[in-house]
Amino acid sequence: MLTLNVNGRPHPVEAEAATPLLYVLRDEIGLNGAKFGCGLGQCGACTVLLDDRPVLSCITPIAVTQGRQITTLEGLGSIDNPGPVQRAFIAEQAAQCGFCIAGMIMRAEGLLRRNSQPSEKEIRTHMSANLCRCGTHMRILAAVRRAAQAERSARVDAPPSQDARR
Amino acid sequence: MGVLTLVLLGAVGFIFFSRQPALPAVQPPSTAGFDRALIAKGAELALIGNCNVCHTKQDGAPYAGGRPLKTPFGTIYATNITPDADTGIGSWSETAFLRAMHEGVRRDGAHLYPAFPYDHFTKASVDDLRALYAFLMTREPVRAETPNNALAFPWSQRALIAGWKLLYFKAGELKPDPTLSAELNRGAYLVEGLAHCGACHTPRNRLGAETNARYLGGGEIDGWHAPALNAASPAPVPWTSEQLFGYLRNGFVPPHGVAAGPMQPVANNLGAVSEQDVKAIAAYIGAMLGPATASRRQAAGASTAHATPRPASPDAGAPDSADGAVIYAGACALCHEPTGQAFSAHGIPLTSSKVVAMADARNLTHVILEGIDPPKASPAALMPGFGAALTDRQIAVLMGYLRSTFSDQPAWSGLEDTVRGARQSAREP
Amino acid sequence: MSRLAMLSRRSLLGAGSALVVSFTLARPPFPSATAQTAPPRLPGSLRTTPMLDAWIRIDANGISVFTGKAELGQGIKTALLQVAAEELSVEPKDITFITADTARTPNEGYTSGSQSMQDSATAIRHAAAQVRELLIAAAATRLSIPAEQLTAKDGVISGPDGRSADYRELATAEVLHLEARPQSKLKQPGSYRWIGKPMARVDIPAKVTGGTAYVQDLRLPGMVHARVVRPPSYGARLRSVEISAVERMPGVLKVVRDGHFLAVAAQREFQAVQAMDALALASQWDEDKVFPNPNGLYDWVRNAASKEYVIASVGNVAEPDGRSLEAVYHRPYQLHGSIGPSCAVAQAEAGALTVWTHTQGVYPLRAALAEMLGLAQDKIRCIHMEGSGCYGHNGADDVAADAALVAMALPGRPVRLQWMRDQEHAWEPFGAAMVTRARATLDNRGSVASWQYEVWSNAHSTRPGGAGNLMPAWHLQRPFTQPVPEPIPQPTGGGDRNAIPLYQFANMRIVHRFIPEMPLRVSALRGLGAYMNVFSLESFMDELALAAGADPVEFRLRHLADARARAVVELAAEKFGWRDAQKPRRGYGRGFAFAKYKNLAAYTAVAAELEVEHESGQIRLLRFVAADDSGEIVNPDGVRNQIEGGIVQSTSWTLREAVAFDETRIRSRDWSTYPILRFADLPDHVEVHLIDRPGQPFLGTGESAQGPTAAAIANAVANATGVRIRELPLTPARVKAAIGA
Repeated sequence: MLTLNVNGRPHPVEAEAATPLLYVLRDEIGLNGAKFGCGLGQCGACTVLLDDRPVLSCITPIAVTQGRQITTLEGLGSIDNPGPVQRAFIAEQAAQCGFCIAGMIMRAEGLLRRNSQPSEKEIRTHMSANLCRCGTHMRILAAVRRAAQAERSARVDAPPSQDARR
Repeated sequence: MGVLTLVLLGAVGFIFFSRQPALPAVQPPSTAGFDRALIAKGAELALIGNCNVCHTKQDGAPYAGGRPLKTPFGTIYATNITPDADTGIGSWSETAFLRAMHEGVRRDGAHLYPAFPYDHFTKASVDDLRALYAFLMTREPVRAETPNNALAFPWSQRALIAGWKLLYFKAGELKPDPTLSAELNRGAYLVEGLAHCGACHTPRNRLGAETNARYLGGGEIDGWHAPALNAASPAPVPWTSEQLFGYLRNGFVPPHGVAAGPMQPVANNLGAVSEQDVKAIAAYIGAMLGPATASRRQAAGASTAHATPRPASPDAGAPDSADGAVIYAGACALCHEPTGQAFSAHGIPLTSSKVVAMADARNLTHVILEGIDPPKASPAALMPGFGAALTDRQIAVLMGYLRSTFSDQPAWSGLEDTVRGARQSAREP
Repeated sequence: MSRLAMLSRRSLLGAGSALVVSFTLARPPFPSATAQTAPPRLPGSLRTTPMLDAWIRIDANGISVFTGKAELGQGIKTALLQVAAEELSVEPKDITFITADTARTPNEGYTSGSQSMQDSATAIRHAAAQVRELLIAAAATRLSIPAEQLTAKDGVISGPDGRSADYRELATAEVLHLEARPQSKLKQPGSYRWIGKPMARVDIPAKVTGGTAYVQDLRLPGMVHARVVRPPSYGARLRSVEISAVERMPGVLKVVRDGHFLAVAAQREFQAVQAMDALALASQWDEDKVFPNPNGLYDWVRNAASKEYVIASVGNVAEPDGRSLEAVYHRPYQLHGSIGPSCAVAQAEAGALTVWTHTQGVYPLRAALAEMLGLAQDKIRCIHMEGSGCYGHNGADDVAADAALVAMALPGRPVRLQWMRDQEHAWEPFGAAMVTRARATLDNRGSVASWQYEVWSNAHSTRPGGAGNLMPAWHLQRPFTQPVPEPIPQPTGGGDRNAIPLYQFANMRIVHRFIPEMPLRVSALRGLGAYMNVFSLESFMDELALAAGADPVEFRLRHLADARARAVVELAAEKFGWRDAQKPRRGYGRGFAFAKYKNLAAYTAVAAELEVEHESGQIRLLRFVAADDSGEIVNPDGVRNQIEGGIVQSTSWTLREAVAFDETRIRSRDWSTYPILRFADLPDHVEVHLIDRPGQPFLGTGESAQGPTAAAIANAVANATGVRIRELPLTPARVKAAIGA
């Protein structure tokens, strides 16, 4: 029986040590954030943070997460009290179907934890690991920029600019 | 001792050869003046020579230089070879270009550092160099100053190169060997010359020259080991020429695997070169590797018989002590073991992996940390990186497991240090 | 008036004549046979579901509004909510909104074709307005105050003296159980509270905080997990399978085999994945060569047996002499490629079946499942839950069939069946490969004197319908066969969607060559034929403009009579700075394109600028500027989101995407072998400018950017390099081969 530290709380889980973290998060612990997009480490829909670094939970066996901090979307905030990156995504209405967005938020969070003032190029390069099919990319970039900005000022929640100069 | 020799020779060289005459600057030739067929020929030769790889920095304009090359003597920056008159080679005549390639001398007469492998390029024919000149002179001129080299004294003194050349450099085109077939002659001409395989795949002495006695015996580039391409090849399965051709042209061939790391751009370039020339290169390297002897084939047969990984141990509960078998089962087996799933991205069975079998553990470390960005012709050879998912210790444990399970080679030591070092020299995921 | 104009007007009015009647427009409706002899039709989907309380219910719990349409991620739920709230004079948060459910909502067919605003929003708008007026009338009676003195606001009808009545008290069955009437008293643009406002999407907060948002997140008590083992190729037959070892694997509950259909259910999800893997390894299949040689794909398309439809014929194309041009364009098969593979949950109990599904059409799916399983339709309930992005007919219906088959084998247990990535790539229906040919002559003034256009294409819709279009049903012991498809008729069209240009050409002939045989499975992909037809004809317009020595924008305006089309073209050009002088630099190019989606829906113009890197053929996108007219805009941010998204998605199709296959198998099985656009490839800048037309009918926007984006890119590449590329996608290798050393 392994114990996973998820969003600051210990969770004993029954799954075997080689089970990918994604299935354990979703099915045993009941967290919806990380999604199955490919199971192959190609799309990033399953992105969570492991010790503050973005990892692909579909190819990370739970065995290697022992004693390390796992952070999922749910650990960044709730619907009643969303965290800064989540608020930025809401403010920019950065979603169409939204399926990739949890992974995007975790990926962005991983960037901002290490580099709170990323350049546009750094943001684009860093986010390239994650795929979006609906074409929401420009808004996702705007949300990441807004979240980075928010670290400097407190204004996360202003409405998106009408002219969409993104 | 070596330094003293060099200084002595440098002194001699300085008197006689430290500087060659400067050649006059010319107006950048008009692009319309070059024959289209010659330019096309030059384009292909530039791909074989991989000029774009060294002479383009990350996110830089093609051929505009600026890429740092780390050597034991300091950092040298590849120059701007676009036809910009001020910062590139726009003011170089064809004669100046030929001299640089054949003799390692700059237009102004200074010696060029042999990090620019003119010890290979000297073997190219005048006709081919003319085509290269036509190609380079018709590129987009880019204004980009090449950063100054960061070489410590005395290596910063170009005059010393004169001495180095006396010891280690023999100018001259490669003439065909009448005892070799046309294909092998062509292969020799390309490999020894423009393709300069030996520049990475040969060990170098303390003065940075290729050790001729161990030619193609394995070398070093960008924190990766360039494995031996002669009889000392560490490949668990011997290479055939057909496999070499597949590897070079498509960037992937079972059972050997994918052209990863520094070989990826080479495979990308050769993918656009004529099949005939890549076959010639493959034939020549195949000849250098030597025949698959009976003992080699037997060893290969034993190693490709699929090794069944030890079953994952039932309890891996202690922090950071995840068993190598468990990590393999959870992170690697999906692509590296037979599967009923039908996705494209697949890994080779690790029993035929040369990076698992080679003495130098750095290559495998890079692959695990960074994954594999595949050559264009083999997109399914993609591999994700595990640098964030696995700690240094976990990677070391995994590597130990892979080594003992999938090869007959003795265990590596100091793996955690190797991983730490590789993280330093790698792009982080 | 030209026959072309007559065709489009009649079709426009056919779709929305009642709209024309209800919204007072200056000009009277065009006299057509239907308008003169039949009573005025009900607006939008009220036509097929006329009862008001099918759309709106008010009870002690509050207000519920129902739509037969599904939220696909296009924001339709929010937009419909705005429309309902507006006419009911309440706040959106006070409405419970229910989407596609065969037990509860109207049957609005499929959520597709960008019809949702035109069908559902129109219906809901009118129903809500009529409900409001009925409540006011009921209040007038109860309060003995004339209706004109009463105001409806936020759930309460009040009079000038302060007396009031709550909607919930007033909304008795007699009041609402009525048929809708053709005319409604609609709110006017000047007084809008919700329509036209960029209201935040109601579904986003849960999606960014981990709420249950998708069918993939559904967890029911006792739910088990299943996976299907698909054949390795189309038509492959299961020769043998060794089941017993798989049945003994941990957690496995059942292996289901029915002919060549093979699936496994287990307690835990990962156990199901492992069991699926083992089951696949334990199966032997016989395969055949079933596909054309991929190197000869376009020859196959040109030569396959086809039915010819002349969809437009004006004047005489043979006559005009002048300078002639001809061009042939190619488009490969392309994927929906939804990020989340398809998923469904099904539960069979006591002879009835419930399916939670992300299908675009719950009612048609129900009919197909009923046929496949031999159940009566009223024994099946299909409830829509969002899946990952839809973009057309993807695997949603098929996975519902898979889940249903496994659920029937495990009665009482909810079964969650999820496709794997490679299954989604290999088995979803593709966007069809197409060939088009354009020929035109220019007169001595440099205008188009004649225009001929042909399009060769498979069907662009093979939706269920019946069980024959459920792929799992093809593999059953008693298989269903895929029916021979029929083309979608004009004016909507399938492969011929947008084949008729909006431009005014005096002599024009447009032919659709419909190919029934489908070696690769095809169906609707966002835009259908419009993507390729607009790519082709807008590329060709540029080729003609070049030959005529004309500016591309000016050349289009020369032939464009529709005032709203002209406005959109002018706006895009202006905002882009099209007429600004440009300093030429190597590799830089700009391009322009325009279309009115289906010639019935939104008008969209796109201008693009980019750089082509000579050494690699890579295209570096700089900027897209789009202008759009979607009629009356309900949610401007939603419209903008759809256009931006359409531009980026179309850019991915246009620069990257082609399904790879050999003669036996689909070879695009994951993202490595079907690359799509990544963040590093994006343009620096995307801008969308909207023209709002309050009082005009809603025009569907979800698909209108696909075609113009593709052509704008191709035109910019031609401008940058002097080389015209007519085959999609414009990969670096293709561009490099075209521009040479």
